[in-house]
Amino acid sequence: METKNIMIVGVGGQGSLLASKLLGRLLLTRGYDIKVSEVHGMSQRGGSVVTYVRFGSKVYSPIIDKGEADFIVSFELLEAARYTQYLRKGGKIVTNTQRINPMPVITGAARYPDDPVSEMRAAGIDVDAFDALSLAEQAGSPRAVNLVLMGHLSNSFDFTPEEWDAAIEQSVPAAYLALNRRAFALGRNA
Amino acid sequence: MKTLMLGNVAAARGLYEAGCSFVSSYPGTPSTEITESAAQYPEIYAEWAPNEKVAMEAAFGASLAGRRSFCGMKHVGLNVAADPLFTISYTGVNAGMVIAVADDAGMHSSQNEQDSRHYARASKIPMLEPSDAAESLDYAKRAYAISEQFDTPVLLKMCTRVAHSQSLVETQPRVEPEQKPYEKTPQKYIMMPGYAKLRHPVVEARTRALTAFAETTDLNRVEQGSDRSVGFIADSTAYQYVKEAFGDRYPVLKLGLVWPMPEEKLRTFAASVDRLIVAEELDGFIESHCRDLGLAVEGKSLFSPIGELSQNTVAAALGRQTAEGPKLETPIPVRPPVMCAGCPHRGLFYTLKKLKLTVIGDIGCYTLGAAAPLGAIDSVICMGASVSGIHGFNKASGGASEGKTVAVIGDSTFMHSGMTGLVNIAYNDSKSTVIILDNSITGMTGHQQNPTTGKNLKGDPAARIDLESLCRAIGIRRVRVVDPYDLAAVETAVREELAADEASVIISRRPCALLKYVKHKKPILADADKCRKCGMCMRIGCPAISMTEHGVQIDATLCTGCGVCGQLCKFGALAPQEEG
Repeated sequence: METKNIMIVGVGGQGSLLASKLLGRLLLTRGYDIKVSEVHGMSQRGGSVVTYVRFGSKVYSPIIDKGEADFIVSFELLEAARYTQYLRKGGKIVTNTQRINPMPVITGAARYPDDPVSEMRAAGIDVDAFDALSLAEQAGSPRAVNLVLMGHLSNSFDFTPEEWDAAIEQSVPAAYLALNRRAFALGRNA
Repeated sequence: MKTLMLGNVAAARGLYEAGCSFVSSYPGTPSTEITESAAQYPEIYAEWAPNEKVAMEAAFGASLAGRRSFCGMKHVGLNVAADPLFTISYTGVNAGMVIAVADDAGMHSSQNEQDSRHYARASKIPMLEPSDAAESLDYAKRAYAISEQFDTPVLLKMCTRVAHSQSLVETQPRVEPEQKPYEKTPQKYIMMPGYAKLRHPVVEARTRALTAFAETTDLNRVEQGSDRSVGFIADSTAYQYVKEAFGDRYPVLKLGLVWPMPEEKLRTFAASVDRLIVAEELDGFIESHCRDLGLAVEGKSLFSPIGELSQNTVAAALGRQTAEGPKLETPIPVRPPVMCAGCPHRGLFYTLKKLKLTVIGDIGCYTLGAAAPLGAIDSVICMGASVSGIHGFNKASGGASEGKTVAVIGDSTFMHSGMTGLVNIAYNDSKSTVIILDNSITGMTGHQQNPTTGKNLKGDPAARIDLESLCRAIGIRRVRVVDPYDLAAVETAVREELAADEASVIISRRPCALLKYVKHKKPILADADKCRKCGMCMRIGCPAISMTEHGVQIDATLCTGCGVCGQLCKFGALAPQEEG
């Protein structure tokens, strides 16, 4: 099988590591070769963070390069717009519509683009944008955006709901399992 | 069964399986998780040492005592530990000793991108370079065998993409080697000139033996290709990029033992292909060696010595361009890392900026005090350099800068190598003011304990170094503690200590806002009606505060209620909420 590439992008502290952990657990059950590449250290302090998830029959590189991503899953709108060059032809962006101003915007040194979704669509990109934050709050916590996004992404793969659920169970602490299941379901139905 | 493991976690598993029982390290991205993971195994004694030199010497002591030992560090940490490194090369080991060094090409979280492979050559110590998690586990184990077979410490070189990438590994049970007896052997373990002169020829003979080993070991393997017009020599993650870009098309000589390098194997491989290309990140280390052997080779003429490689850069070297996705026309603002909301360092840096001080900085989260809008730092070099640097700065200016210059250094960094600089200030009498940013944890690397926190690596209670007593014992008479959330108190302390006619230490003490035990107050309530949009609150660069056309807004999901912004607002627009 040709390698599939999923990029998970967002703002440091938003919980993208849990999303990649969940995908890793899921893919492991199907016997794929898998590589997941994370960023630790300084970028996690509110910077732009990227996680690469790659799977297929044989995966060499741990990173996804420009023009290779089948999916870009973004926790934040500006971050979706930042990585469009990484999409392959026919690739898709799934993004939360939440806006988090980066420091240059907060200080007035730069402008947050007015309508990144329309701009991405105008550039010919397949963008699936929705308010994952509200759904996470509906599920019980704004921290559950990661599971809402994974739920939404799940519609693009042929894994069964049972397979996803088993992966969720293995990835989140038992105390938060019900919350995360709700978030996943809300995202899947969004 | 195969499991998905981070490269660093896999390396730790390798230590475990090899029967390593002693680990001493200092945290540093991207090396930290090796030691944290090793500490999870009850069979391994693991500790955070105050710095890398101490860690390496402790690991050497454990090897001398007959136990397989390990120390891990980031690339710049090996500079700190270079002193023991070059001499334990001479002594060799008793039980096996492995030293992990993790490079950070691309500087994801570092102050330089030095290529640590040069250390292997310079110190005459063999170096293994895994290219994924499975090899991290395997090479860590094999490093012990090499260490004991050739009587040498062994370097295990990681890099960010190997250390922080998960891939599939298979685990095996641990072997439990017998403790080797320690026998007093002065001519091997006492490196004074008479004995060291006898050891140097041993080291040279060892390198010859390891070179012969490099010819035959499967750590260096040739993967055949269908097209011999090009052949690649590659190590570490560069090997993965070559395979990703070209699959099995071109032959590849993968070097898992990057020092010492084989000769015949390189010559034979070179002769088997029309065009020889070395794919390696940072310096042309392998390439230079090939040239020394007289081989016609390309490398850095095709690949930059700056930053990381990737499958696209490797493909582009042979003229193949990858079609990129569309780039938006709108400029996308950068998103640099920032101090977290509630970070205790924020109020302190605001004050230093307000007082227009020259600030000699150091390594840690607080390096972010250099970023806009705080922009409060003048220099950052390496661990401990603030305390030593301010002394030289003040001495060189004949005392003129003493009243307007401070050094800032974190608690862990102070224990690492800041306190020797303070000894110099006291001993050689500069009237310097040093601010220790004591947030009760090693922050940037992800919350590791250190000698000032009262806990050890395993989280158990440990002796706590008292910073005030330590500074006084060094000879600093003016030592005071302030709460960085209290801007007025911070300003008074800084003004008074700068005015004093002797050296001083201010301890800015408040635990990191991300620590689990730190209880946050309710978020600040922004009152847009009271806000005059003067922008004072925007000067502290808090990610929870934004200014809209309707006035100031607080992101309640980020705000910790620290109250620093409220102290700046003259109009009462940023008020704390009643607790309870």
